[in-house]
Amino acid sequence: MAADESYPDDLRYHPEHDWARVEGDLATLGITWYAQDALGEIVHFEPPEQGSSVATGESYGEVESVKAVSEVVAPLSGEVVEVNSKVVQEPETINDDPYGDGWLVRVRLSDPNEPNKLLDVEAYRELLAGQ
Amino acid sequence: MQTLRRTPLYERHAALGARLVPFAGWEMPVQYSGIGDEHRAVRTRAGVFDVSHMGELRIAGDGATEYLQARLSNDLDRIEVGQAQYTLLTNDRGGIVDDLIVYRRGDEDYLLVVNAANVGADYDALAEVEDVSEAWAYLAVQGPEALERLGVEIEPFAFREDVEVLGVRCLVAGTGYTGERGCELGCSPDDAVALWDAILDRGIEPCGLGARDTLRLEVCYPLHGNDISPERTPIEAGLGWACALDKDFTGVGVLRRQKEEGPAEKLVAFAMEDPGIPRQGMRVVEGGEVTSGTLSPQLGVGIGLGYVPTELANPDTGITIDLRGRPRRARIVRKPFYKREES
Repeated sequence: MAADESYPDDLRYHPEHDWARVEGDLATLGITWYAQDALGEIVHFEPPEQGSSVATGESYGEVESVKAVSEVVAPLSGEVVEVNSKVVQEPETINDDPYGDGWLVRVRLSDPNEPNKLLDVEAYRELLAGQ
Repeated sequence: MQTLRRTPLYERHAALGARLVPFAGWEMPVQYSGIGDEHRAVRTRAGVFDVSHMGELRIAGDGATEYLQARLSNDLDRIEVGQAQYTLLTNDRGGIVDDLIVYRRGDEDYLLVVNAANVGADYDALAEVEDVSEAWAYLAVQGPEALERLGVEIEPFAFREDVEVLGVRCLVAGTGYTGERGCELGCSPDDAVALWDAILDRGIEPCGLGARDTLRLEVCYPLHGNDISPERTPIEAGLGWACALDKDFTGVGVLRRQKEEGPAEKLVAFAMEDPGIPRQGMRVVEGGEVTSGTLSPQLGVGIGLGYVPTELANPDTGITIDLRGRPRRARIVRKPFYKREES
């Protein structure tokens, strides 16, 4: 069952429709409700390898719906410490719960100050309003 | 900037919350509830597609049969009045300008239902035809319960005109693009909304172009612009069955020679063994390329069509698809991926 539109206010957002939940020097990353809705039913997540590096603004994986492929852009830089195996097995989890069970990876941040450069929920909502 | 054309059902699609996308110059619904749900509705019950964007060409009068026989690949002598036929319009290199359904309405009277994107090219190649697309709205009702829910009886590839369907005067044809039983209904654009509403009232699910693509790919029906094109011949595409090589039509010499010598490449169906979804334009590492790909809702794996060198084009041959830089294993399979159970 597809989730209702929401943008939690405890997350930070990247303009490419990715979110980050920062806890100390770890961040959990995923795609926003808007991104999963634009894609439609997600049928495949191509994850990065554990231990690989991700860089802000660069692609670290792919989410794929029946019709389209979209690169997932890293909102923050760091090293991948965990890949969500549930979304690899059941990619539709991203549609069902984009901010919960549908998270994609956890990274160890290379710069703990970098999250401050991301959008807060108000700024992200403004960006969406302009789309 | 080109303005997108809209079918008479545009307002209905918008009201149903369809995702509308540009397709062949038209603004068309790609999905309503979701491609997977719509796909399963057609495989298990019934779905309706607005295919009013398709073009309709007419030719009638003395010499019409001879004219088409010289330009279309299939043999019109194989069908009687009241029957429809899958056929190809070829160029002088044997390439496929379009694939279409020809309806034989009389001994010298035909209606051609053609791909929206190719109406112009068809018209260029068939100067004697009249473009009557504006006079037709078209709905495809497909699925094991489609005919029963409509109260229509029609045999595959038969058609009848002036049939009342749910109160609307229609051309009813036993054709489709999904591999299921069902029909296509042609009516006046003025009646399209009434027909659409009556069809939905029968519990038939609205379905978009997304499900149309996954459904046709599971049964390996080629899509012009993807799997067949003016650069590919029917022999390469496995459509020799729709070519009467014993009659003369545009490009037949090339096709006879190619059939004799064997084509360098053939269109095959393949299923992924590794994770990932093949897509149009991806390279086959051993040679050739993917022309269509999707995740099969029925099989739950990536499936595709593509051209590979003839020496590889046998079922059970392993091939490698270049998935955006990642080599992924796939296996050529016998067409189709899915076949409906005979009832």
